[in-house]
Amino acid sequence: MNESVVETHGLTKRYGDRLAVDRVDMTVKTGEVYGFLGPNGAGKTTTLRMMLGLIRPTAGSASVLGQPAGRPDVTARIGALIEGPGFYPYLSGLDNLRVMARYRGLPKSTAAAALARVDLADRGSDKFKSYSLGMKQRLGVASALMGDPELIVLDEPTNGLDPAGMADMRSLIVELARGGQTVLLSSHLLDEVQEICDRVGVINKGRLLRESTVADLRGGASLVVRGFPVDATLAVAMEVAGEDAVHLDGEDVLLDVSPGQAPDLTRALVARGVDVHQIGSTERTLESVFFEMTTEKEAVS
Amino acid sequence: MTALTTNGILSSTRAELLRLRKWPAVWVTIGAWLALSLMFGYLFNYLSYTSGDSSFSTEGTTKAALLAEMMPANVPDVFVQGMPMFGGALMMVLGAIVAGNGYGWGTWKTVFTQGPSRTSVLAGSLVSVTVAVLGVMVTSLVVDFGCSLVIAGTEGQSIVWPSLGAMVESFGAGFLVLEMWALAGFVLGTVARGPALSVGLGLVWALVIENLLRGVGQLLSPVEAFTEILPGTAAGSLIGSIVGVERGGDGTPGVLDVLSGTQATWTVAVYVVVLPLVALWLVRRRDVV
Ligand SMILES: Nc1ncnc2c1ncn2[C@@H]1O[C@H](COP(=O)(O)OP(=O)(O)O)[C@@H](O)[C@H]1O
Ligand SMILES: [Mg+2]
Repeated sequence: MNESVVETHGLTKRYGDRLAVDRVDMTVKTGEVYGFLGPNGAGKTTTLRMMLGLIRPTAGSASVLGQPAGRPDVTARIGALIEGPGFYPYLSGLDNLRVMARYRGLPKSTAAAALARVDLADRGSDKFKSYSLGMKQRLGVASALMGDPELIVLDEPTNGLDPAGMADMRSLIVELARGGQTVLLSSHLLDEVQEICDRVGVINKGRLLRESTVADLRGGASLVVRGFPVDATLAVAMEVAGEDAVHLDGEDVLLDVSPGQAPDLTRALVARGVDVHQIGSTERTLESVFFEMTTEKEAVS
Repeated sequence: MTALTTNGILSSTRAELLRLRKWPAVWVTIGAWLALSLMFGYLFNYLSYTSGDSSFSTEGTTKAALLAEMMPANVPDVFVQGMPMFGGALMMVLGAIVAGNGYGWGTWKTVFTQGPSRTSVLAGSLVSVTVAVLGVMVTSLVVDFGCSLVIAGTEGQSIVWPSLGAMVESFGAGFLVLEMWALAGFVLGTVARGPALSVGLGLVWALVIENLLRGVGQLLSPVEAFTEILPGTAAGSLIGSIVGVERGGDGTPGVLDVLSGTQATWTVAVYVVVLPLVALWLVRRRDVV
């Protein structure tokens, strides 16, 4: 499971004097759902285009499935939807997939099967140009699924979908990963990445800020206590969790311990006559982590 | 050529043929050619033949000549006479939409992520365009023969078939000319990454600028030398060498006698070889977004 499917080294793309992607080293492992997270304009699409050989890096390299990006024999093993679905407007959804199936050398039946997987079977004979944004997006995903490629690259696949469509898309992605396919999913939506990804790479302004599991990124949950008097609360908390793991935030005492220690802490506080007003666990959201990370790096650079 | 490339070209050709066959714009373009070549090859001639004014002094010869032009024996000429002008223009439109639209639609992006190399994809697309050009030619040949047979029958003329040699010559020359313009459109559509600008510029070039340059060339010999290597001059001269050009007459527009048949053939053939290489060179190296 630790074999890597995608590896980039110092991957860089420059447009004029703007660095769209700046020395990105990223690794996607076999069988995982990798979330490529970053705000609009961060460089996600540009990075993915380089992985598929659509554009050439200014510097650095990307290897996919053990080979240099863009080689025909590698591309044939990837299914991709990069920045919006590109299909023939005058063809039906089904015919569009049939054309792509022919390019891939796949049997005709693959097209109908892929259409069914994204719930478009009943609209397959309608022209692509008559599709709503969400349907176009789903057709793009269907095309990426054809032939069960080893790696599926989806660039913001939930763009333009309504909440129900988003939920469907996410469960489809989870299903793909269960079936053993590796999914590289780009997104600007934190909850999406948090919900379905195993690992995440955070990109902002072309720089890959961090790459880790979603759990690591959020950090462990911790406890927060509000008790009076505050001094006594703080003292007890230090006895229970150790001096370094405790700090004061206004009247709240924060402890870097697992939420499972809440009963011990409560008993100790009560034994020392502290009035416990509130005790609970805090869980950092990816949002706060992300916000911290992007502002931190900006202050440094 | 590796097996991978061969497979890639085959897959790409099958895919391109499917999407061209189902593209209304392709049928409109082909239909326009058939309609125009029928109108100028048979319809107008037949109308003026049947409504000929009998008091006109040269009536006898004119009517006979008009009828002869519409007979099966003359199909090799009628078949190609519209090609330098509207035939070429329409094939240029065809090439330009096949190559150009995919950039705006994002379909080249999708296609380039399917597996076949860009070289294979381009080869597949060019083969498909060539198949369309051949289809146009065969269809219009059949239609031309059909018309001439109907007219011969209606007018009680005995049927004389053209020689095989004349047929082959016409077909070969016509194919070279239409293919050249289709490829020129393909290159223009590729350069402009869209059909509109490339079709516009291409038509202005082929229909206007080249004519103007040939006019200037009569006064300035360096310009004349330049016009002799232009695609319109070569195509017009190639067709001119088959159908003949009336000296000082108001002959068919675009049909010329600037170059000899041999020189014209070679010039057109060079374009047919070089244009795909230009398209390939452009597509292989570019960023596709
Ligand atoms: N073809 C291009 N020419 C110039 N700048 C570009 C081009 N493509 C992307 N960029 C710039 O590169 C940056 C990253 O864009 P992109 O990769 O599309 O971001 P994301 O997909 O994360 O929203 C943006 O500032 C964008 O304007
Ligand atoms: Mg993007």
